[in-house]
Amino acid sequence: MTAALVVFFVLAALAVIGAVSLILQKHPIHSALSLIVVMVALAGLYLLLGAEFVAAVQIIVYGGAIMVLFVFVIMLLNAGVEEHTSISKMAGAPGLLLVVALAGFVAATIAKSTESVQAAPQTGEIASTLGISNMIFKDFVYPFELTSFLILVAVLGATVLAQREKS
Amino acid sequence: MVPTNYYVILSAILFGLGVFAFIFKRNIITIFMSIELMLNAVNLAFVAFSQALGKLDGQVFVLFVIVVAASEAAVGLGIIILIARNRQTLNVERVDLLKL
Repeated sequence: MTAALVVFFVLAALAVIGAVSLILQKHPIHSALSLIVVMVALAGLYLLLGAEFVAAVQIIVYGGAIMVLFVFVIMLLNAGVEEHTSISKMAGAPGLLLVVALAGFVAATIAKSTESVQAAPQTGEIASTLGISNMIFKDFVYPFELTSFLILVAVLGATVLAQREKS
Repeated sequence: MVPTNYYVILSAILFGLGVFAFIFKRNIITIFMSIELMLNAVNLAFVAFSQALGKLDGQVFVLFVIVVAASEAAVGLGIIILIARNRQTLNVERVDLLKL
């Protein structure tokens, strides 16, 4: 077992524990903190994969911006412990069964197809941040510009939605 | 090197947990968080395949997914605030305006 494998298993266990904890916690703020654990663990996995830029963006945007937004809203709305009715509790067991089937099917299918991926020749284009900026501003420049438009629309939409109606 | 399979299987597990949280949780904010968990699981698969193939397209897609997730969070949380203000609850079972 190499060092990389050990690091992978530690981070993977951290991510899975965080995700399970998101489900088991009753209070939304605890769920939010569990989700932050998942995101930091995923950032570590990106580093292990050699994708430093994506890891940094993951920490800054997900761990920083999005989760702070979530925690703000939870505190703003004073969200309490969630309540389950008997019907929603009943949905748990068959839901779990279906989800296990779904995850197993997806994992089996993709894992089978990765054999050909691992056999594929590596082009060795690993200098990632330089390569990513080249791709974004050359090959993907139109989608990139569209995302700025998307953010503009989202900001306007959020502002319009959250403002109080004048009476 | 860690085999790509491991990353993909972890990604499937996280996605499955996200789906389960989506159908099991009753708090609308937590449901929203499980959507973010699913997006993260997909991102992991993107980066793993990008590294396995030695191409950077996957990492560029991840950046676009993060941008979409951020704007989705902004709009979605605006909608949540609106729901909380109009119905005084965050429980999705109480948001039943379209139910007979």
